[in-house]
Amino acid sequence: MIAEAGHFALILAFVFACIQAVVPMIGANRGDGALMDTGRVAALGQFTFTLVAFLALMHAFVVSDFSVANVAENSHSAKPLLYKITGVWGNHEGSMVLWVLILALFGAAVAALGQNLPPSLRARVLSVQAMIGAGFLLFILWTSNPFLRLDPPPADGSGLNPILQDPGLAFHPPFLYLGYVGFSIAFSFAIAALIEGRVDAAWARWVRPWTLAAWCALTLGIALGSWWAYYELGWGGFWFWDPVENASFMPWLAGTALLHSAIVVEKRGALKSWTVLLAILTFVLSLMGTFLVRSGVLTSVHTFANDPERGLFILALLMIATAGGLGLYAFRAPTLRAGGLFAPISREGGLVLNNLLLGTACATVFIGTLYPLFLEALGGGKVSVGVPYYNLTFVPLMVPLLVVMGVGPLLAWKRGDLAGALARLRAAAMITGLAALITILLNDGPALAIVGITLAVWLLTGALTELAERIRLFRGPLGDSLRRLARLPRAALAMTTAHAALAVVVLGITASTAWQSERILIMAPGETTEIAGYGITLERVVTVPGPNYAAERATLRVTAGGRPIATLRPERRRFTDPPQITTEAAIRTTLLADLYAVIGDRQQPGSDGGGKAGWTVRLYHNPLVPWIWIGAVLMVLGGLVSLTDRRHRVGAPRRAAAGSDTAGARPA
Amino acid sequence: MIRLVTYLPLAVAALLAVVFLWALDRGRDPSLVPSPLIDKPAPEFTLAGFDGGPKLTDADLKGGVTVVNVFASWCLPCRAEHPYLMALARDGKARIFGINYKDKAEDAKAWLKELGNPYARIGADANGRVAIEWGVYGVPETFVVDAAGRIRMKHVGPLTPDRLEEIRGMIADLVR
Repeated sequence: MIAEAGHFALILAFVFACIQAVVPMIGANRGDGALMDTGRVAALGQFTFTLVAFLALMHAFVVSDFSVANVAENSHSAKPLLYKITGVWGNHEGSMVLWVLILALFGAAVAALGQNLPPSLRARVLSVQAMIGAGFLLFILWTSNPFLRLDPPPADGSGLNPILQDPGLAFHPPFLYLGYVGFSIAFSFAIAALIEGRVDAAWARWVRPWTLAAWCALTLGIALGSWWAYYELGWGGFWFWDPVENASFMPWLAGTALLHSAIVVEKRGALKSWTVLLAILTFVLSLMGTFLVRSGVLTSVHTFANDPERGLFILALLMIATAGGLGLYAFRAPTLRAGGLFAPISREGGLVLNNLLLGTACATVFIGTLYPLFLEALGGGKVSVGVPYYNLTFVPLMVPLLVVMGVGPLLAWKRGDLAGALARLRAAAMITGLAALITILLNDGPALAIVGITLAVWLLTGALTELAERIRLFRGPLGDSLRRLARLPRAALAMTTAHAALAVVVLGITASTAWQSERILIMAPGETTEIAGYGITLERVVTVPGPNYAAERATLRVTAGGRPIATLRPERRRFTDPPQITTEAAIRTTLLADLYAVIGDRQQPGSDGGGKAGWTVRLYHNPLVPWIWIGAVLMVLGGLVSLTDRRHRVGAPRRAAAGSDTAGARPA
Repeated sequence: MIRLVTYLPLAVAALLAVVFLWALDRGRDPSLVPSPLIDKPAPEFTLAGFDGGPKLTDADLKGGVTVVNVFASWCLPCRAEHPYLMALARDGKARIFGINYKDKAEDAKAWLKELGNPYARIGADANGRVAIEWGVYGVPETFVVDAAGRIRMKHVGPLTPDRLEEIRGMIADLVR
């Protein structure tokens, strides 16, 4: 009964979405306030009923209602409650419901909190948002109904893929979707602006908090995914340039570029056409990511069940959005009047360079991801594009980006003084040089490690120099500087935080890639080995039962300088429904380095183990690897701080001031 | 000039659409996995009989057209395709042999009692070794084997009405 109610709610949500797509647009064209306001009501209705459908599906999962086919195929009565809940979006149908729920949430947020928007712009934004929503709701109702019943119901479900039964992965999709789908608002704003034919500073100021919120969520989603891959896949790696990872990374790169170019529109009225294009492309890339993941056209470790009919439907949605958006852009962009002029060496110049580099980086990932498909389409056979390609293309693009990031923020708008900026960066340059020297002296890794460390230190010291300059640190009394710090615009603090955070990420990536130690061997109980100065003894391997699996748990004693300092307990979990084995790495972190252990197969003498009995043990020592995720979280923090900036609240009627504040903060 | 440049993203997107469409079409039937076993003799195997029945070996495949179906009582798609197997059994044109994959005998018995038993013979593949020989990577899978014991068709996943007709057509050709 509840499942049928959920199905009905989805249909109602679709009806509301259709109303929301059509009526406010007509209202905006006629200047009819009542019709425009219909959009707000419809947006709240669409959200409410999508939420009802989502909760109905969640109910079916929580009570293990196996008469619902989706539950029977993806859940199991013996599964822990957390994974019954996260199982809702651990499958195609449920994840699409989450997708439209978030889409409707953003639409409802604009309807409820966007009082400071001009009514016609708000009406058009809501209309475009609802067009996307209606498309995806139709997709669910047509090809992916999560509420289909089974008759007779099976006694128990087939279970959620055990590899997905993990807290890191449980929350990775919702954040990723918040990011992907959040960019839909930027898209809707861009389309609405193209229809209105007006892109100005106010538009950029409205679009930025939504983009920021989506960007924060996407950053967190990608970080969670990479963290999960790190500790769950058991290879000690954190990024594999897998097509599905790339599918989330491309919108991130484009979204980052959009955040920066929107600043130029807001402050200087330049780059309008480009910013609108970026807003469209960012969401189109998000949609393409959904298509690539859902259709299975690219082979990937992540590929979900592929159904050509669904693939065709998503492709149609992707193409309607892309053709509509880019067609409108091609038609209307030439009418957007360019704004303020600026010299090449200026803050705007730096941001243009940022956009060029991020755009090119995004293009290289795009080409690397789709090249195999293109080559196959042209009859060139099957190839796969791997890490070496990205090391040759993506990594070199990051070098100038990081160099410019150190200088750019110190340049003035309109016409900057490069010599003056460099003079102020003298201390930063000296520290960077020192860091480079130390790295060279101590380094036994590749040359790229020196480059990475140097760039990261440059970026970090550059970002801090900019902050010190702003608060006139060491130029006057300390109290004076602290007062300035307190009065600093939040956006400035946010930039320093986010840029410094990127430096932390780069340090983590460089150190863990260049100085990772790895040891794979067969150990018998009682045996001792050594990695990165630690002694590791395999004490025993025992079988322990889990809630819905049986685990082989190894106990490894870690010693440093002969003294025991820790015990690692990696596990190999054997699930029965469905049958699958997962590895649980044991990680001991000091925040400066991770000691990472994985237990593998039992080796019988005479088999592959070269006559030795024991267990395959893989040990890794990853220096600075936690900094990757610490940096990512700091970056998100920077985004959140920026969301609280005063200028998102001012410049609007008093009553709306409080509203626009939460408008920024809430979706994150 | 500027006007033309603004059409560039649209042109790239159109090109992409063509390639994606092609890719979808290529992957139209992911269950049609080319098997290296097609037109090769079925692998040698010996399976314990099911529920006290006789053993099932590759020698049993010779002398008549056979449909070999890999199934398990714990597998939901098997339940979905079961009516098609019953229909094939009712046709009576070909024998249906079952390979009961990683299953408990009593579960499988109860399952067949509930849904009906289309299988002429069943072999119990308790540890999944024989399934590996057959190149099975998931249940259910269905093979058509000719009277000489050669594999002529392979289907991955639950049978569909379309595929059922294809199998019927192939059986008719092979019997003739």
